[in-house]
Amino acid sequence: MSADTFNITASTSSATKGETLIDTAKNIEAMNPDIIVIRHSCSGAPQLLARHIGASIINAGDGSHEHPSQGLLDIMTVLEHKKDLTGLKITIVGDIAHSRVAVSDILGFIKMGAVVYVAGPATFIPAGIENLGAQVCASVEEAVDGADVVIALRIQQERQNDPLIPSLREYSAFYGINKKRLEAAKPDVLIMHPGPINRGVELNPDVADGPGSVILEQVNNGVAVRMALLYLVMGGDKSGDAQGSQ
Amino acid sequence: MAEMIILQNGRIIDPLQKRDEIADLWMRDGKIVNRAQGIPGHARCIDLGGKWVVPGLIDMHVHLREPGEEYKETIETGTRAAAAGGFTGVACMPNTRPVNDNATVTRFICEKAGGCSTHVYPVGAISRESKGEGLAEYGEMKLAGVIALTDDGVPVVDSQLMRRAMEYAKSHGLLVMSHSEEFALSRNGCMNEGAVSTRLGLRGIPTAAESIMVYREIALSELTGARVHIAHVSSATSLDLIRQAKKRGVPVTAETAPHYFTLTEEAVDGYNTHAKMNPPLRSEKDRQAVRCALADGTLDAIATDHAPHSILEKEVEFSAAANGIVGLETALPLALALVHEGLISVNRLVHLMSCSPAQILGVPGGRLAVGDPADITVIDPERVFTFSAEKSYSKGKNTPFDGWELRGKAVLTLLAGRETYNDL
Repeated sequence: MSADTFNITASTSSATKGETLIDTAKNIEAMNPDIIVIRHSCSGAPQLLARHIGASIINAGDGSHEHPSQGLLDIMTVLEHKKDLTGLKITIVGDIAHSRVAVSDILGFIKMGAVVYVAGPATFIPAGIENLGAQVCASVEEAVDGADVVIALRIQQERQNDPLIPSLREYSAFYGINKKRLEAAKPDVLIMHPGPINRGVELNPDVADGPGSVILEQVNNGVAVRMALLYLVMGGDKSGDAQGSQ
Repeated sequence: MAEMIILQNGRIIDPLQKRDEIADLWMRDGKIVNRAQGIPGHARCIDLGGKWVVPGLIDMHVHLREPGEEYKETIETGTRAAAAGGFTGVACMPNTRPVNDNATVTRFICEKAGGCSTHVYPVGAISRESKGEGLAEYGEMKLAGVIALTDDGVPVVDSQLMRRAMEYAKSHGLLVMSHSEEFALSRNGCMNEGAVSTRLGLRGIPTAAESIMVYREIALSELTGARVHIAHVSSATSLDLIRQAKKRGVPVTAETAPHYFTLTEEAVDGYNTHAKMNPPLRSEKDRQAVRCALADGTLDAIATDHAPHSILEKEVEFSAAANGIVGLETALPLALALVHEGLISVNRLVHLMSCSPAQILGVPGGRLAVGDPADITVIDPERVFTFSAEKSYSKGKNTPFDGWELRGKAVLTLLAGRETYNDL
């Protein structure tokens, strides 16, 4: 898209020297960027920036709140295969409580008319998730039964100091998506994953590389969605014709 | 010459003496005196035209930040804000720097408080440096002026230490105030756990983190016979436990803060750090339970948990922001809303904000009898005003109530007959 980009990571910014997020952003703003794309470990960090600086902010993932562009690219991926999302059963399996992808997917797919189910051990299911419109399933089998799309979430091994599951082995045995569990799903079920995958944990290789897997299409669509986001945030023509008014 | 003040035509509300009538209140040399024949020529007469005259309000839970964090608040600015809110006495928490865990710090606070706008009652630490290991010197601190003990801000994790603290405090006739929080459940949490925390992606704190510790304190009070006061109660389950304990005769008292009966977790929406405090704002069900408990006597007092912070602590990522809001200048108007709604009587309000805090802390006040110090709050229950954090007396501007239109406020505060606030 011929934009000039400038990457700043927390470890190379002055954040390590005690600079506040707002000050860091104001310093970046002084370089006159049109858009700041931010990924931050604190939920709400992009909202905080948006209140304090003038540049457009794109949330590239904040804490365990949202990952909007992932939500959009997931919708795009399903749309390419199913044409219409109305009434589709979309199942998300895994650590819903610590996943920013889960929240964006739930909100996005419901907005598109799908029905979203979540499953995982109770330690992975956050309080009040049904208030976002998701249906909580008692077992992964129930969640997969008749599903049009199954999204497996990455089990974050780095979080294992908070005892959410006893072991990856046990998780895989009871909640991992494998060929056998998928038999109950629709024959043309799509398998998705926001990556990176723990092979053999949340997804068995036979499923990750199986016929229904669209994981690499998600990656491909991610490029398109993020290009579109940058274009639209810059005030691009919303008619869909990128060559249009510019 | 003796200084004489006469408050004329006030509605004198003095629950402990079962008095509620339009009358004059006479004061001389800082004390309430009998009405004499004829008004002396030198007397200062203030016609109140039916405004309420109540015993000076006492806030049993404030953070004055001095010593150590004077950029947030000082004893002078904090007590000035208190006087503006109608308070004549405040109990200040020990989580200063250094912690008020010894007589030297206590004496420093008392010296600084001399001549300030309210009485200042220092609360000492339960444990040394409030680190939860080993008792602070209660006897020495009491001699220096401490009236109660708490490690407020952090829970006493070790149950055996809490048991010993209650026993030892009892020997010294000191009250233990509990910051009830089961840290294992609340750690890293920054708001109430529920649908809102899930939607915002913020780590939640379940109400069980509070109620488990409330029950521990009740059990330890039963074991030791020591009085215990539960600070800033926020949840329905905690209130049920306190209600049952009181029925059994356990010497437990409890306070809540105006934000818990006014706001819910929804106030956090938009990552509003001025709605972040510990314990966190809860659900509507909890808010309703707090309101019921204020009316039925389960809660004994309304305290502010006034916690001034600068923007350094608040204009940051939500999870990194400091806990707490200022409350001294909004507590009375927010409590008056309960009276206006008909939830509690005027008498009950005075109990909650003056009589009970005085009684629980064992300090003077809460009454308007002849011979009592002239610590008096005059309230205009109908005065409508827009609260402005910017114009408030506290150094802390961290309040979710900025710009709120409120009905009713203190319009005159007298400390031993001395005018500490006048907005008549």
